[in-house]
Amino acid sequence: MAYIIRRIILFVVTMATVSLITFSVFQVMPGDPIRIMLGTEADETQVETLKKQLGLDQPLHIQYMDWVKGLVTGDLGDSIRFSRPVTELLADRLPVTISLALITLIIVVIVAIPLGIFVAKRQNKLSDVVFSSVTQLGMAVPSFWLGMLLILYLGMNFSFFTISGYVPWTQSVVGALGALLLPALTIAIPQIAVKFRYVRNAILEQLRLDYVRTIRSKGITEKFVMYKHVLRNSMIPILTVFGLITAEVVAGTIIVEQVFSLPGIGQLLITSISYRDFPLVQGIVMYITFVVVFINFIVDILYSVLDPRIRLN
Amino acid sequence: MKTLMSHGKNINLIVGLLILSAFLLLMLLSFFYTPHDINAMNVANKLRGPSSEYWFGTDEFGRDIFSRIMKGTQTAFFVGALTVSIGVVFGTLIGGIAGYVGGWVDEVFMRIMDSFMAFPGIILALMLVAVFGPGIVNTSIALGLMAIPSIARIARSGFIQHKEFEYVMAAKLIGVKPFKIMFRHILPNVSSPLIVAASISFAVAMLAEAALSYLGLGVQPPDPSWGRMLKDSQAYLTSSPWYTYAPGISITLMVLGFYMLSNAIRDIMDPRSN
Repeated sequence: MAYIIRRIILFVVTMATVSLITFSVFQVMPGDPIRIMLGTEADETQVETLKKQLGLDQPLHIQYMDWVKGLVTGDLGDSIRFSRPVTELLADRLPVTISLALITLIIVVIVAIPLGIFVAKRQNKLSDVVFSSVTQLGMAVPSFWLGMLLILYLGMNFSFFTISGYVPWTQSVVGALGALLLPALTIAIPQIAVKFRYVRNAILEQLRLDYVRTIRSKGITEKFVMYKHVLRNSMIPILTVFGLITAEVVAGTIIVEQVFSLPGIGQLLITSISYRDFPLVQGIVMYITFVVVFINFIVDILYSVLDPRIRLN
Repeated sequence: MKTLMSHGKNINLIVGLLILSAFLLLMLLSFFYTPHDINAMNVANKLRGPSSEYWFGTDEFGRDIFSRIMKGTQTAFFVGALTVSIGVVFGTLIGGIAGYVGGWVDEVFMRIMDSFMAFPGIILALMLVAVFGPGIVNTSIALGLMAIPSIARIARSGFIQHKEFEYVMAAKLIGVKPFKIMFRHILPNVSSPLIVAASISFAVAMLAEAALSYLGLGVQPPDPSWGRMLKDSQAYLTSSPWYTYAPGISITLMVLGFYMLSNAIRDIMDPRSN
């Protein structure tokens, strides 16, 4: 329990500093944000009205407190460009990004874990070199270029895939899959290339331990050793890695949505930056960071349930 | 040199150095010579496939892609070098002070660093670019700020470990100033993980620059950028697929070179890690 409370405090402190950074970054911005938003032709009254409307005539600490109060109550302010609440805009885009992230995660998990097990069983000098090269290549390829290559080689050749734009699930499940599968693969492939080695290492680590020798010497089949004992005990390091993946997948969606013209949160963020719509940028940054920090928090709690030793240190 | 020779079998070292020196040569050459003027437009020659005159073909304005790739090495190295310099200088300073001084200074510094690390990398970069505006220098500053926390962490753990050693005690006893102890005595001893981290930061910076430029928020025309070239090539993906290969392969190779180099350095400096 003490462990969970410590984690909760850490979570709150992290989010508080994250909000402070997000807020301050836009204060140190060179130039007057209002002027930048309205353009050079705007007259004084326009500037004053918008300032008042955004609460920018208040002292900084009041502005910050108001902003945080809004964040906590789920009010991220209004977008200047779209003249709508940021939360509404996010809600519109959320289904696309969540679908994309979930499909990606599913692909990564169902490929990386079996691949890691497969590789762990066949360990030799040559395969080590091959697999470490695959991993390095996976880290080096820019995801958006990989997306373009997938469009070129899969998207163009199979009519199942939509290479640009989105089809809502409610309209057509096949259509939605066709629109999301290539972007999901784009994020998933480099993740798999890097993460299957973590699975492999976690399993190899276990295979070296004494208990494995003991159960093997009892004559238990190799399959049983692997799936009943080794895999279970490797789950904690594997889970750690998959906690990290979630953050990387969320970040990955931002660029990949752009490649496939998917109307998700990433696209909204890029749009808001190009229109210098700062309330919207701030809102999206806070929202995405909150989700990622929250997922890491949940993963931390999960470990302590899976492995009580973690709670003790 | 002898230590270098004894690692002659290190594939990462050989391939990594080969790739990077090839790009470095290409960059040096591009200051004096490119096969074609990188900005010379020739609409009659637009989107030509690779030929003996245009090795990698031409783009939508008839500009030579190979020449632009060459010039792009300047952008890539500039952004990488500036980013890594910012990251290493400030990261070492912050991490060093936090680790050496300890106590509440450490607590405050590292809490702030942790908060920066809580942002998914690209989000932080995008937010900073939104504030600073696009362009080569602004992109590098944004990416440099992004690189500081992880380097600070590595520096901190080195300084914490070394401040208890006898040589530091001895230096303190004879009255050497703290700043000199930190950066003249401890820093050289904790530099190897920092060199590895710098090499990785170089790779990360290059990928991030390419991504930002692809999104139209990084390096702006007329500065040639491989990420920007990829963005431009996407419109001609079906009609001129080769357009996308030159910048895509260049980014991948260069990033790969830095990752291989960082792995090689780590293996050489700490043989136990493997």
